[in-house]
Amino acid sequence: MAETATLRAGTPTRRRSRGIPERRLAWLMVAPSIVLIAIVALWPIIYAIWLSLHEYSLRQAGLSRWASPAGFGNYQDALQSSEFWEATRVTLIFTVASVGFETALGLAMAMAMHSAFKGQGLLRTVVLVPWAVLTVVTAIMWRTIVDPNLGFVNTLLGTNTVWLGEEPHALIVMIFADVWKTAPFMALLLLAGLQVIPNEIYEAARVDGATAWQRFRKITLPLLMPALLVALIFRTLDALRIFDLPKVLTNGANGTTSLSLLAQRTFQENRLYGEGATLSVLTFLIVMAVSFAYIRLVGGNIRGMTED
Amino acid sequence: MEAASTAAPAAGTAAPSKRKPATSGPGTPWWLWVAVAAIVVFCLVPFYWLINISLKTGPALSSADLVPPSPSLDNYKSIFENSSFTRALANSAIVSLTTTFIGVLVGAFCAYALARLKMRFKFILLGVVLSISTFPQIAIAAPLFRLWSDIGLYNTIPGLVIPYLTFALPLSIYILVSFFREIPRDLEEAALVDGATYFQAFRKVVVPLAAPGLATTAILTFIAAWNEFLLATTLTSSTTARTTPVAISQFTGSSEFEVPLGTQSAASVVISIPLILLVLLFQRRIVAGLTAGAVKG
Repeated sequence: MAETATLRAGTPTRRRSRGIPERRLAWLMVAPSIVLIAIVALWPIIYAIWLSLHEYSLRQAGLSRWASPAGFGNYQDALQSSEFWEATRVTLIFTVASVGFETALGLAMAMAMHSAFKGQGLLRTVVLVPWAVLTVVTAIMWRTIVDPNLGFVNTLLGTNTVWLGEEPHALIVMIFADVWKTAPFMALLLLAGLQVIPNEIYEAARVDGATAWQRFRKITLPLLMPALLVALIFRTLDALRIFDLPKVLTNGANGTTSLSLLAQRTFQENRLYGEGATLSVLTFLIVMAVSFAYIRLVGGNIRGMTED
Repeated sequence: MEAASTAAPAAGTAAPSKRKPATSGPGTPWWLWVAVAAIVVFCLVPFYWLINISLKTGPALSSADLVPPSPSLDNYKSIFENSSFTRALANSAIVSLTTTFIGVLVGAFCAYALARLKMRFKFILLGVVLSISTFPQIAIAAPLFRLWSDIGLYNTIPGLVIPYLTFALPLSIYILVSFFREIPRDLEEAALVDGATYFQAFRKVVVPLAAPGLATTAILTFIAAWNEFLLATTLTSSTTARTTPVAISQFTGSSEFEVPLGTQSAASVVISIPLILLVLLFQRRIVAGLTAGAVKG
């Protein structure tokens, strides 16, 4: 310990004479990423905010690009429209339901995989299949599965439902498709978390007479928390910006229009740039609020990564 | 899905008590095999159904047979005869590979500095990078749709690669920071003591040691780019730059209202093959990359 400390303290004098100084090199290495991120992410978002404060449309003949300042008019319109609140409701229901089911199912799968010593490698490969399947393909897949003629869901459940053609059912299919695709991802993250819990703790607990449920509550869950939190953050932020699934499953019909889908439809199909940008900015704010809350929760995790 | 829901409570409550027996081979309890079978069925049956549908043609395409009555490759033939689909495959490959190359190259420099070198504002920089990765793509899509039309990048390959860096760079940086941190410092120190510059230490010592990490990062970035849909559908309008996910979603049948599930399924299978191959070949690496930083709080 002391040796490495002196070594580290001693080397800088030797290093300084050679090559680029450490701090300047660090900035040089970081600069390309920062510049690219500023160009590809920050600039468009600033432009989106500008667009959202303007009335920008093709309404006037001959003037293909016509913008006039609109103050917060677009925001007022959006916040008073039933479409926006409906999309917010759909997005929130989808997020809470899909992330909830994914976590529960992912945890169960992770524990089964952790216990199944033989064939764990095979299981991990199998579980990666849904994760690797494209979201667009997932949507097409579930469309065939719930199709009244082609699919097996009605036969399996003994129902006679047009799944994507009815109000709550379409959203249920959307949630289920997302659970199928991402519960395995959750399972892998949680499995990694389970594998770093030392077995001795369980042995000790068993010697002390703890029941299986007590061991799960008092050992597994608390020690799994960091992995669980990271998985929850990833999934929640992904779910809040869901676009591919509703777009390909139903194109937003029957109560499946998410915020991203509504915004995209507004500016691309209807060419209402101001209104579309407004909806994008509102989606952005909702996602950022949630991610800010989360990052505060696990801020220590990120700090840990940069500390020496 | 029925099977999966029954497996959940069984696995959830009983798994912790079975830690020890897991190693004792023949004693593996029966319910564990049920749980494992349920997971396999849950994960693979939906994909099987897609393959099943893709092999059906004509009247078979309106019945729910478990196995296609007369399997045929007609759907596959027809998508490969469709030049807009093959063009989309090529576009997808170009866009994904370019994004991966730039993302990993630029990201590796940044990640090394953040993981190893002395600099100020590290925490803030990594925080910014991570928060960019949480940006909803829609916030970028709307303004770029206008901007790209103005500067001629709309419906072009670079017009897709540039915004793809918004997710490729943070992904690369996040994974590589945790990989670089795992490389023993002594090796770099030794190189530095032997008179190497910091950059030489990075290039000659760290990069070769981090090769598995770089490969993992490349695989994950490639998959993310191959999968991307929102930007691709917003920023393209013709076969010039349209990628495969968009092309598949826009397949039309003989009439406008008929959804061509047969050819769509075939195309879905084809576009999934590269990813499934990557998963089969690099399962360990992918899992390592996905869990990088997640469990070492």
